[in-house]
Amino acid sequence: MNATEAKRLVFDVLSGIAPEADLEALRGKAQLRDELDLDSMDFLNFIAGLHEQTGIDIPEAEYPKLFTLDGAVGWLSR
Amino acid sequence: MIEFRMPSLGADMEGGTLVEWLVKPGDAVKRGDVVAVVETQKGAIEIEIFNTGVVSELVVPVGQQVPIGTLLARVDSAMRAAAARPATPPASPVKPPQPVIPPAPIAPPPAVIAPPPVTQAAPVAPPSGAAPSRQPVSPAARRLAAERGVDLQQLTGTGPGGAITLADVEAAQAKQPPAEVTRRRTGFDPAAMRQAIGAAMSRSKREIPHYYVTQTVEISAALRRLEQMNSERPPPRRVLPAAMFLRAIALALAKTPELNGFWEDGRFRPGDGLHIGWAIALRGGGLLAPAIRDAGLRTLDELMAAMRDLVQRARASGLRGSELSDPTVTVTSLGDRGAESVLPIIYPPQVAMIGVGRIVTRPWVVDGAIGPRPVVTMTLAGDHRASDGHRGGILLAEIDRLLQEAETL
Repeated sequence: MNATEAKRLVFDVLSGIAPEADLEALRGKAQLRDELDLDSMDFLNFIAGLHEQTGIDIPEAEYPKLFTLDGAVGWLSR
Repeated sequence: MIEFRMPSLGADMEGGTLVEWLVKPGDAVKRGDVVAVVETQKGAIEIEIFNTGVVSELVVPVGQQVPIGTLLARVDSAMRAAAARPATPPASPVKPPQPVIPPAPIAPPPAVIAPPPVTQAAPVAPPSGAAPSRQPVSPAARRLAAERGVDLQQLTGTGPGGAITLADVEAAQAKQPPAEVTRRRTGFDPAAMRQAIGAAMSRSKREIPHYYVTQTVEISAALRRLEQMNSERPPPRRVLPAAMFLRAIALALAKTPELNGFWEDGRFRPGDGLHIGWAIALRGGGLLAPAIRDAGLRTLDELMAAMRDLVQRARASGLRGSELSDPTVTVTSLGDRGAESVLPIIYPPQVAMIGVGRIVTRPWVVDGAIGPRPVVTMTLAGDHRASDGHRGGILLAEIDRLLQEAETL
C-alpha cells in the first residue's frame, strides 16, 4: 500500500477509537498516544484494527515504530 | 405480584430517568432480561429484571425522572403466570394487557420533576468525548433530545456557532411524527458524572478510615510470558499486562476474603462471589468501574476478553445495571501512560481497592547485583473498620508471588 492509502487506513482505524479527535490536525511527528489520549487498550485496538483491515501482522516489538502518524504510515507503506 | 423497582447502581446514584421500556404489559420476562433503559449520571444503563413472570403494568412512563426504589412496573410471578396461561382462554387470561401506559416510546414527560437544573441559554458545549456528532450541542438540548428520542445528528443548530439549542430540539420533536420517534443512546453527561464521582468520593473520605500498603513488584517473568504468548498470536488475541495483573490480583483476593465485600450497618458483609470492578476512564473525562464477575474463576484470556468488552461497552453507554451494582472490590490499573503509583480511594460500601501503576524500568537487586528490571507499584487501600494493614500486606505479597510464577497464571 502506498503512503496515501496507509494514511487513510490509519485515520479510519483511529476515528473508530477516538471519534471526537480532529485527525486532520495531527502533526506527523506527534505521539499518537499523547495527542489522542490513547490508553494501552486503545493502542492495542489500533494495532488490531490495522491488522484486521490489512491482514498484516504487526509484532509487539514493532509497536514503537507506530507511535507517531509518520511512523505508522511509513511502517505500513514500507 | 412482583414489584420491579429502580435499582441502585452504586453509592453515588440518587435516581435516573426512564428513557425506554423494552417490554410491555403481557410480555413474559425471565431473570436477567433487560427490560428498560435508564439514563443516569453514569450514562444510559440497561436495567435487568431479577424475576421470572409476565409484565402486568408499567407504572413509570418514559421520560420520567425517579429516585432509587421507585416502583417501575408490576410483574405477575412465574407460578401465577404459568397457572393462568393454560386456564380457559376466553374466561380471563393473565390479565387483559391493558396498556396502562402506551408502549410507544413517547409519553410526554409529565413535569413531576422539573427538568434538571441546567442553564437554559446554555453556552456552547465543547464537543465532548462521547458526543455523537461534531456539532456543538447545549447540555440542556442534549438532555432533552435524549429524553424525547430526537436524533441530534439530524438537526441544524441555530444557536451561537451553529450550536443546537433547546429550542431546536423542541422544534424538531414537534415536526417528528410520534411513531417514528425513537430513543437514541447518548453519551454520558460529563458534568453529571463529575458530580456523581464527587459525591461517592466525598462519602468515602468522610466515612472510611483508609489505610494504605504498597509493594514494588518485579515483573520480568510476567512480561516474558506475555511476550512469548503474544508473539504467537494475531493482534486481536493479544493480552495486555493489565490482564495478567488482574489475574494475579483475583487469585490473591480469593485467599483474603476480608478484603472482598462491603461495610454496611456497622459491620462487614462478605462479597457474594468475587466480582472485581474494573476502573475504566471514559474519553472526555469520567470513570466507571463495572464488574468482571467471578474474576477468580476466569483464565487469563477470559479476563482479557472481559476487560476489552467492558471498555468498549462502557464507552458506548452499553453497560447493564448489574454490572455497576455487582462489584465487591475495585481494581484500577493506570496503563502505560499513567503515573508510577496510585493511592486509591475506596468506592463505598466496598472495603478495599487495589491500584497498579505504570510499568517502569528501575535498578533492582538480584543475587547481590544491581540490574535494570521492569517493576510496577501495587497499592492496596483498605478500610480499617474491616481489616488491618497486616492483611493488606499479605495480599500484596501473594500478588507478588503469583507474578513471579507467571507461567502458571
